[in-house]
Amino acid sequence: MFTAQNISPELTVEESSSDIWIPSPYVVADKHVENDDLVTFVYEPASEDILDPMQPGQFNMLYAFGIGEIPISVSSLISDHPRITHTIQNVGAVSKACCNMRVGDQIGLRGPFGTPWPVEDAKFKDVIIMAGGVGFAPLRPVVEFIEEYRDDYGEVNFLFGTRDPHSILFHQDVISLQSDPSVNFQITVDHSFSNWRGNVGVVTTLVEKAEFDPENTVAFVCGPEIMMRYGAYSLIDAGVDEENIFISMERNMKCAIGHCGHCQYGPLFVCKDGPVFLYPAIKNYLNIREL
Amino acid sequence: MKDIQELLNQQSFFKDMSPEMLNQIAGCGENQEFSPGEYLGKEGEPAHHFYIIRSGKVSVQINHPSKGAMTIWTLTPGEYGGFSWIIPPYRMQFDLKAQEHTSVVALDGKCLKKICDEDHHIGYIFMQQAAAIMVKRLHDTRIQLLDVYSTKH
Repeated sequence: MFTAQNISPELTVEESSSDIWIPSPYVVADKHVENDDLVTFVYEPASEDILDPMQPGQFNMLYAFGIGEIPISVSSLISDHPRITHTIQNVGAVSKACCNMRVGDQIGLRGPFGTPWPVEDAKFKDVIIMAGGVGFAPLRPVVEFIEEYRDDYGEVNFLFGTRDPHSILFHQDVISLQSDPSVNFQITVDHSFSNWRGNVGVVTTLVEKAEFDPENTVAFVCGPEIMMRYGAYSLIDAGVDEENIFISMERNMKCAIGHCGHCQYGPLFVCKDGPVFLYPAIKNYLNIREL
Repeated sequence: MKDIQELLNQQSFFKDMSPEMLNQIAGCGENQEFSPGEYLGKEGEPAHHFYIIRSGKVSVQINHPSKGAMTIWTLTPGEYGGFSWIIPPYRMQFDLKAQEHTSVVALDGKCLKKICDEDHHIGYIFMQQAAAIMVKRLHDTRIQLLDVYSTKH
């Protein structure tokens, strides 16, 4: 059984070094446009100031100099440390500045922060990875980890829902997963085009197509909050113990160490106590308006 | 008919029905095959059948004047299509189009309705199951309409 304690690194201001506030200079080593508003970057250190290795689910604060900072989850751990991969959605001033960067441009990084997906604890269990839209990005390192240690896991199901065929990201991963017999990969879109031959419908319907023993299953869910709420319901309805469901929350994180309060979520701080939470720890807050 | 009854017995839709009930319903059924691109039914046509998808994939489509056929839902093995035979005006509301080679059990709507009218217990079970599926689809459609993945709010 999982507990909030064994997934939380319990980072405190006192324990963190003073330079946790100071961004480390990195440069864009590679850039890949995923779709109209999503870009994946590989960064490498511009100095000897190197961030610690990241775990799946953790995030860094990305600083577009002179504009601002945004929290972005690691979207791949294949690039060898100290390289870091992030996928950024262009939704605001800072993310727009980040997305517009070119190879060689400099960016500031602080981190890694937050709780990771408990991929080690999920070994020898069946796994359901449920991703909605850009929620694929924080879960991508989970897929990579499981594929690397595939024999240590039972049935692996990856259920991916997205807006429409144009908004599918990580095309190479999707193609690879579709042909991987060791992963039950299911994809669906909410809105289709006439040439789309795949599933149409919400991602929660894919739970019926998953292969798993409900009593020995761990689920990792990431996507828009509404999708995660109904995703959790559908998993529970299918027999998955809510104590084995993890969801990754997104909030307006500023300091990233539970100091400023911007990302307070009930009694929790998403940056420090999350972003990966055990579902029962936050389920009562998911329906509270404007929290 | 035994084959059809066995197939029905494997479906969750009929889990609350006795063997005698299933035997009656199986009498309304036949196996049908559809090639890719073939229609199981078209919007506006009289609703003749209730389909149980055995293999393949069926698109539930609406024809858009400028965008062409828009798939709004897909039906895969173990799912059900064609509920219009049960509700007036007994007219297909959408196109049902086989996306790939598809096998179904097709239950004749008039035959089913006669059984349901004569034995309200069967009718009740049928409506209970149909309502559960239709409510779930309505709910899922509402979530689709929310467009939760859009960044343009």
